[in-house]
Amino acid sequence: MNSMLLLLVMGVAAGVLGAILGIGGGMIITPVLTIMMGLDIKYAIGASIISVIATSSGSTIAYLKDDMLNLRVAMFLEIATTVGAIMGALLVGVFSPNFLYVLFGFFLLYSSYNMIRKLMDKKGEKVYTGHDPIVDKFKLSSTYYDKAEQKQIDYSMKNIPGGFIMMWAAGLASGLLGIGSGAFKVIAMDTIMKMPLKPSSATSNLMMGVTAAASATVYFFNGSIRPDIAAPLAIGVLVGATIGARLMQVMKPRIIRMIFIPIILYMGVQMALKGFGVNI
Amino acid sequence: MQTHEETRKVEVIIGKILRIGVITSAIVILIGIGLYFMNGAGYQSVVKNGVTFIDFPKRFSDIFAGIAAGKSYAVIMLGVFLLILTPVLRVVVSIYAFYKEKDTLYVVITTIVLIILMFAMFMGYRS
Repeated sequence: MNSMLLLLVMGVAAGVLGAILGIGGGMIITPVLTIMMGLDIKYAIGASIISVIATSSGSTIAYLKDDMLNLRVAMFLEIATTVGAIMGALLVGVFSPNFLYVLFGFFLLYSSYNMIRKLMDKKGEKVYTGHDPIVDKFKLSSTYYDKAEQKQIDYSMKNIPGGFIMMWAAGLASGLLGIGSGAFKVIAMDTIMKMPLKPSSATSNLMMGVTAAASATVYFFNGSIRPDIAAPLAIGVLVGATIGARLMQVMKPRIIRMIFIPIILYMGVQMALKGFGVNI
Repeated sequence: MQTHEETRKVEVIIGKILRIGVITSAIVILIGIGLYFMNGAGYQSVVKNGVTFIDFPKRFSDIFAGIAAGKSYAVIMLGVFLLILTPVLRVVVSIYAFYKEKDTLYVVITTIVLIILMFAMFMGYRS
């Protein structure tokens, strides 16, 4: 009963944070389950994949209703991510995971540096509205209503091939290393493709559930998903993600970025160290 | 903004269908939790690698047999599986939505996503 309550509360927290930032709750859930509850890593991964799907499905309902996400960008980039994830799953054992951890770890550190620079920029959050032949061909530009700034924001994007490759790499990482790829997705859209942060986060939320569904079937049928853990967690996360998706819309993009930076910084350090054989 | 208005209508439909899917899975999980408090897990505890935990069904045949017997863990597993299907539902409904919008390019793109996803899930089922 106590652990059920703990899982429920943790699920709410992971859902709120995940929905705001466009990341899965794995980085909160895995350490709590393994360190605090002493659970085998296999079940912790099974639980975090359920949390990713619940965050995605819970928040997407609100983001669709409020026109925050970009469905075309999501489906266009989803091809890259799912292909990457399958290739990753097939290539497990071919590459040294340590090398990949170091590579992706340093990439996250570099991305946090980029995000800090963006935060320091005196001109604030700029919206890219230029034209790009690929964006026009695939009708990727869109608009959203920013409740914090109380205005409609029309946006475009650029560097689509770069974002596509990044999404593929994000999928590859999730397939090979069993890590969530939400943070990489947000970085691909926000930093590489110059999409505004809020639609980037909302779109990442939609995408990460689709990417996770495939690996979730693996974990479901091999017995990594335990009903006693998944049930309270899923309910908690669904509630949390519903709240988070509403909170995010009234938050200033700058504040969201301020929460995002320490998280990818932490993830980057953790992954790089893991690559060198240090677990924190 | 013609295109965006069209997209809006479509997104609202997807949102509604997705909500039905998510609420259904949540209700099934909640029924499972309710059954657990009334009747317990419904399965025996097993010891594996020195850890004691209650066994649970993983295959559809076992899950449905368990549900027929009113076992809470079987009901929860069905709810969890329905939750795993919600992203698939999202892709399927998106295809229909783009079709309604007469956006052939995105019908193709989203269908490719669905095919890749089904392939990956099938791989997952077989493994």
